[in-house]
Amino acid sequence: MARNPVTWLGSPTFPKAAREALQDTQLRQNLRKATGTIRGRREAAVAEMTDWEMLRVAGEQIKDDVLARLDTLLVQLEETVTARGGVVHWARDAEEANRIVLDLCRAEQADEVVKVKSMATAEIGLNEALEAGGVRAIETDLAELIVQLGDDRPSHILVPAIHRNRSEIREIFQRRMGIEVSDEPADLAEAARVYLREKFLTTKVAISGANFAVADTGSIVVLESEGNGRMCLTLPDTLITVMGIEKLVPTWQDLEVFLQLLPRSSTAERMNPYTSVWTGVTPGDGPQRFHLVLIDNGRTATLMDSVGRQALRCIRCSACLNVCPVYERTGGKSYGSVYPGPIGAILTPQLVGDMHDPQAASLPYASSLCGACFEVCPVRIDIPSVLTHLRAEVVEAKGRTPESVAMAAAAWIFREASRYEKAQKAGSLARFLARDGKITSLPWPGSRWTSSRDVPAPPAESFRSWWRKNRCQE
Amino acid sequence: MINSAAREEILQRIRNAKVPAAPQTVRGYNQTGPGGVELFAERVADYRAIVHVVSDVPEALALLKGKRIVAPQGLPAEWLIDGVTWLHEPLTIGELDQADGVLTGCAVAIADTGTIVLDGGEGQGRRALTLLPDYHLCVVRQDQIAASVPEALRRLEPTRPLTFISGPSATSDIELNRVEGVHGPRTLEVLIVT
Repeated sequence: MARNPVTWLGSPTFPKAAREALQDTQLRQNLRKATGTIRGRREAAVAEMTDWEMLRVAGEQIKDDVLARLDTLLVQLEETVTARGGVVHWARDAEEANRIVLDLCRAEQADEVVKVKSMATAEIGLNEALEAGGVRAIETDLAELIVQLGDDRPSHILVPAIHRNRSEIREIFQRRMGIEVSDEPADLAEAARVYLREKFLTTKVAISGANFAVADTGSIVVLESEGNGRMCLTLPDTLITVMGIEKLVPTWQDLEVFLQLLPRSSTAERMNPYTSVWTGVTPGDGPQRFHLVLIDNGRTATLMDSVGRQALRCIRCSACLNVCPVYERTGGKSYGSVYPGPIGAILTPQLVGDMHDPQAASLPYASSLCGACFEVCPVRIDIPSVLTHLRAEVVEAKGRTPESVAMAAAAWIFREASRYEKAQKAGSLARFLARDGKITSLPWPGSRWTSSRDVPAPPAESFRSWWRKNRCQE
Repeated sequence: MINSAAREEILQRIRNAKVPAAPQTVRGYNQTGPGGVELFAERVADYRAIVHVVSDVPEALALLKGKRIVAPQGLPAEWLIDGVTWLHEPLTIGELDQADGVLTGCAVAIADTGTIVLDGGEGQGRRALTLLPDYHLCVVRQDQIAASVPEALRRLEPTRPLTFISGPSATSDIELNRVEGVHGPRTLEVLIVT
């Protein structure tokens, strides 16, 4: 099987990448500013809702229901989309999905396509695959455009160019668009408007992702801000939508939950400026050819894991990135994947599906387990629990190591009270190594601990034995 | 053309995962809210749309005089006042791009979020009409304002092409600060009719 492009080829493991990123003071400054801003605004937008917790619970339950009935709901979606004039395609992996999209572009004789920001297409490396096939993909979301023109990689789910500040963006635009522009955000937005206008008006094929697909009506939903989505979803003759198989909701009514959860969690708005909903093809309005490409690419493997599968509830809001102390300091690119931050740390290794891959296996450790991500998650993904679960899988994949042997021995000792007490008694002998209540140097393997910190000396008597002498009635 | 081997394999893998049934969804969140013209007006204005509460639409439309405005099919005849160059379908993309603005009604509005929803019905037209002109004037009747998102969705027909609009086009892509005016209409003006 080909490697999953969800991680970037040649990426170092997380600790190595993070160490490098931490040297970049400009990056840390940009991230601190941006995440700080959005954290405050999200909190205010959520505080306004008296029923936020009920919405979160409903969001969690609806998504769990989707995962439980995924086969039935996908078949239902296929029926409803087909009945309204759409064509549904299925792709097992990135390579298959990219081939389907490239063939569709070729059938339309398109050598250029406009794109709405989409995590699914970023995950499968669609732009690179199209380029190799002679089709140029033009990103139209402002942040994606900044990344594309800067020959850069994305570092955030919602705002892929979050690591760039206004003056860096100005420099990229001047260099690549050949224009003079100030570093005022409004002027930069205007420059993007002018740059893309002609493309929107003339390009015949558009490619989008989907925030939601409604199984019982066949409706596809895209939330956006700039109007680039509306341009792509309305003006071209052909629309190709690429969507992960888990992006479903069962009924139209279910959208009432997510249309409240998603905008407040992602951009901290009561509602994002534009949401488009379309069902197959509407004669006389919008693209007259519609293709929906459903991708698996590691999702069914993730579904097999009873703890890890909750990552598939994710609606890609990026609230967990914005509150994560690790993300704020290392930035998104350290994760080596289009899915960075806490959700990336649990989703990416599962989509890769190989804990022997050292880069993917390093991601579940990219966390202090502080739990802020779980607290803000609009669909209540218990990210810390999945992280520890995946860490256990990483350890298991490693097989027998000195650490695992030591841990197995510890487990054997802890299992029996008598064994535990004997071990404690033996351990208390280590106090003879101490000076001033501290042990500063232990023989190997304990030296790996004492080389960087001291160990407090164990007491002469354990609490258990003290209790027996002083408090036990019998 | 459709890859049925992929379809079967994906469906089979899902079945093999044997995910247990989920509990019945508890919809304990608010179904409605305070609603009303005032709240709607305040929330629309929050996103830097221009809002007027009016009782006489043709009189209020005088602000369009001297402009070239797209008029979708089905606008009430009395809205098409003199002194405005009305542009009627069929219109090319180039003609829409050159227009000064577009006047529409709407399908539903949402007070809680300050949102207007278009469904391509009478007086709204196809989606390109409200996208390419740089200015959008939308007339909202008081009875079209739903209090909450759940209430609004119940009033909509999901299979029509829907556009939810909350303020003029905007972006938060530069340092996560909101800036109005990117690809969609840069000015949104709303007339609320009481």
